[in-house]
Amino acid sequence: MTGPRMTDPLPIVRADNATLAHGSRVVLAEASFTLVPGEIVGLLGPNGAGKSTLFRALLGLIAPRAGSITTLGRPARTGRPGISYLPQQEPNGQFLSAWDVVAAAHAGNRPGLPWRNRAARAAIDAALAETGAAGFAQRPFASLSGGERQRVLLAQALAGQPRLLLLDEPLTSLDPAAQAETVGLLSAIRARLGCTILVSSHEISPLLPVMDRVLYLARGQAALGPVDRVITGPVLSGLYGAPVEVLRAGGRIFVLPGEAPAALHQAV
Amino acid sequence: MFHYAFMVHALLAAGFVAVLSGLVGWFLLLRAEAFAGHALGHVGFTGATGAVLLGLKPLVGLVIATLAAGLGMGALGARLARRDIAIGMVLAFSLGLGLLFLHFYVAYAAQATALLFGNLLAVDRGTVIALAALSLVSLLALGLIARPLLFAAIHPEIAQAAGINPSRLGMAFLALAALAIAGAAEIVGVLLVFTLLVGPAATAQRLSRRVTTGLIIAPLLALAEAWSGLVAAYYTGWPVSFWIASLSFAAYILATLSRPALA
Ligand SMILES: Nc1ncnc2c1ncn2[C@@H]1O[C@H](COP(=O)(O)OP(=O)(O)OP(=O)(O)O)[C@@H](O)[C@H]1O
Ligand SMILES: [Mg+2]
Repeated sequence: MTGPRMTDPLPIVRADNATLAHGSRVVLAEASFTLVPGEIVGLLGPNGAGKSTLFRALLGLIAPRAGSITTLGRPARTGRPGISYLPQQEPNGQFLSAWDVVAAAHAGNRPGLPWRNRAARAAIDAALAETGAAGFAQRPFASLSGGERQRVLLAQALAGQPRLLLLDEPLTSLDPAAQAETVGLLSAIRARLGCTILVSSHEISPLLPVMDRVLYLARGQAALGPVDRVITGPVLSGLYGAPVEVLRAGGRIFVLPGEAPAALHQAV
Repeated sequence: MFHYAFMVHALLAAGFVAVLSGLVGWFLLLRAEAFAGHALGHVGFTGATGAVLLGLKPLVGLVIATLAAGLGMGALGARLARRDIAIGMVLAFSLGLGLLFLHFYVAYAAQATALLFGNLLAVDRGTVIALAALSLVSLLALGLIARPLLFAAIHPEIAQAAGINPSRLGMAFLALAALAIAGAAEIVGVLLVFTLLVGPAATAQRLSRRVTTGLIIAPLLALAEAWSGLVAAYYTGWPVSFWIASLSFAAYILATLSRPALA
């Protein structure tokens, strides 16, 4: 789990024996890991493993029950510039144009009227152009396809010039082609901004082309490391506390809790 | 028409309230709080009847009751499951209470009709000044919170992560909406607050997918409907509130027909 880059003087994210809980329900117990500048880390784990909870803790929306979490070198707090977040939940007001949906988040916590000045409009246009969303930015958000929506929402995250990009399941409800496009965008964004990207997903395969490391959550435990070292039968069996089988086929990886049926082995 | 003081008062009062209602309504719809707005009108009825019973102006009771209820609903917060049920229960109870207050009041029928359906032509100079002050204060407050309000309405989680306190903002907005509703209830009556609050805003959201254009169309439309309704009432002798409600409805139907399902 200790890569050479972990000695970086200013880790982007550092969790130190962090325990996250909702009431009496512990979601993550004494987790320690570090994310370094410019890496793309896939956040994997079954439903309810605590992926969204971890994002909320990194944003300062919930405080760790014990231990500590720092982002960009300081304790996690809300309102920190340099962090962009794409929640699992879709935006409201979808009768508005995609441009307006993006603009609503631009310096949105400043008091005053929601007019955008020329510099703000230019920044929004540039972000939309970068994610390839300029062509449909004037259409109502509701009329966009799933892939087009992801481009718009990514533009919104980019307009803040983030050093840390937190994406909660951006690939859900996309077909494989749109997934591949979105993942391609992530590596383009990282190449230009040099930002760290933590992206959660239910499937590991679409992220494989761009992911530097994987952070796997299960049963309150976390494991961080290169895909080849974490996504293995023994490591995941340890996390789940039950036998887990990992199958690799044609550049794809399948995580199968429980022993894989014999028929599947033959198929692969 | 303009040499009658009652018409000048009515035009001014309707003008101030319409502009405020159009703007507040646009945000109310965006935040999916139309039902809360509806309920605030009914709570206002209780306040108005209570004020009448105590010998005060109905507007005083309207403002106090809607403001208290708006702050209360804001404090409940959107996170409370079944908030609409809680609001509905309070709404029904307050109408019942308002009926009791009216029961004790002598000039029962005339007063009830005025409160339920408005009595714009009876607005006096003092009320015009009160409505102007109420509208200006609310517009200033809305101007201060409009930007975070838009952010939190469209991206609630991102706004919270950016440091916006959603419950404080929600309370501030519902307090503001309460003032607009008290004003609208004074103009068109508690049963018809939607004609100024929701009608123009819904039409604006049909007509424009832009925030800026929507926030220009909604208040102008509310103003046009209120003033046209007043003029139509002057020439026909029919109730003002009927005309405003009909124009509000007609505008929405026309917008829907010309822009079928924008979304
Ligand atoms: N506000 C809350 N109050 C109480 N429990 C919560 C709350 N939010 C989440 N939980 C619980 O915490 C656990 C982790 O939830 P979380 O949403 O973080 O999982 P997730 O990994 O994002 O799941 P999914 O893949 O379904 O999005 C779940 O058991 C969930 O029921
Ligand atoms: Mg989640």
